[in-house]
Amino acid sequence: MKSNMKPSMNPISRRRLIRGGVAAVAGVAGLAVADRLAKRYGLIPPDGSGIYGPGETFTYACQRLLTTRTPAREFSRSMISKNPFANAVAPPNDAFKRLAASGFRDWRLVVDGTVAHPMSLSLADLKALGLRSQITEVACEEGWSYIAEWIGTPLSGVLREAGVLPQTRYVVYTSNEEGEWESIDMQDASDPHTLLTMGMNDGDLPVPFGGPLRLRLPRQLGYKSVKYVNRITATDNIKKFGKGLGSVDPEYGYAWYAGI
Amino acid sequence: MRVTHWLTFIAFVALLVTGGEIVISHPRFYWGEVGNVNTKPLFVIPIPASRSTVPTGYKYEMPDENGWSRALHFEAAWVAVLTGLVYGIYGLWSGHFKNLIPARRDWTWRAYRDRIAKYLRRAPPDGAEERSYNVLQRTAYVVVVFVLFPLMIWTGLAMSPSFTAAFPATAELLGGRQSARTIHFFVTWLLLVFLFVHVAMVALSGFRKRMRAMITGYTRDREEAP
Repeated sequence: MKSNMKPSMNPISRRRLIRGGVAAVAGVAGLAVADRLAKRYGLIPPDGSGIYGPGETFTYACQRLLTTRTPAREFSRSMISKNPFANAVAPPNDAFKRLAASGFRDWRLVVDGTVAHPMSLSLADLKALGLRSQITEVACEEGWSYIAEWIGTPLSGVLREAGVLPQTRYVVYTSNEEGEWESIDMQDASDPHTLLTMGMNDGDLPVPFGGPLRLRLPRQLGYKSVKYVNRITATDNIKKFGKGLGSVDPEYGYAWYAGI
Repeated sequence: MRVTHWLTFIAFVALLVTGGEIVISHPRFYWGEVGNVNTKPLFVIPIPASRSTVPTGYKYEMPDENGWSRALHFEAAWVAVLTGLVYGIYGLWSGHFKNLIPARRDWTWRAYRDRIAKYLRRAPPDGAEERSYNVLQRTAYVVVVFVLFPLMIWTGLAMSPSFTAAFPATAELLGGRQSARTIHFFVTWLLLVFLFVHVAMVALSGFRKRMRAMITGYTRDREEAP
């Protein structure tokens, strides 16, 4: 039988070594260029470091490049889920119980940070900014989902009202639920589908679904749609918040960017 | 080519383990756009879940490992996709795919029947088959490379709320987000079946010889001869 082995071919010949070296240098240079470009165009998420950093950064950067100005999926009225699932929340604290007892008349949304006019808005103030309704899906990272109609005022309108300053890069939003906070970049914050939601399926937003005020972000997974929002802080430096990872979820191992 | 094989293998194992962990958080599957514990499932995997909100019939709750599992799942998916890209480009350029697509004259039931009969007789491969692939191998590889892996990527992306916002058809063509998730799950099993058969065949045809060939790229026919 004829042998397939070519004895003349040294596995590590000089030519292969040179070729491999050139490829490695080109690879490192390419990564360095990509890193600079990513930093300049804000394509690195706040939690884009550590062993999963490259994966998170790739996902965020690619989805940002692909999904610039593409609206969230909307569904027909007939697709609204009859039995939506509210998921579990921590038991309400005393402050929440007091506010609920008076029908959330004294609920306030504080708007501060890098804005020209810090504000404190009641639900009536928010409604006066103009309501919009959209039928979108809540998709949980666990795998389940439901569709509902959400009624509220776009976050972008509130930011415009407060005079958000040009250096702003992220909007942090905080819940009445202890320790719950999130943030989004300006692309998501200025999306008209990013809704400060007060109503659901033609009624007031029920408490189990985040009432009286939930920030609905339909282009990302459910955990970014924080319930009981009572504070919005615009910022140019996300590292100042929590452990500097962009939200509380990365501190538990969950990605800051949840578009996938 | 060999490097892409082993990178894909590492990525596949990571995707398999983390995918399993993610399923544990909601071991129920649905068809259509939506599905949750208040809707009727297509089927349920009879295991305890890692979430108290999922009724499983078990009192035991599994530990929640979704954080790192999701991160590793997507990082490994990137490794698989980028490796697949290199493999695809190199495969086109080097003519490797010509070795994979069954020869025109083998596009008959007869060719498949004959080859299956040959396996059953445990007949040794002939000269051409020793250096290349027979019609069954070629078909299996073509299905894995050009159908199952692309379907995995497609159904994976169809679960992404941001990606489907840009390309709604990715979810709609499959019947919805939950259908995509269910197909993603079944294609995993098909890939696992392939993996088992693939490894079994390697073992049957001489594990050490094949492994040496796949790691170093050289075959040493003479050494194996008696």
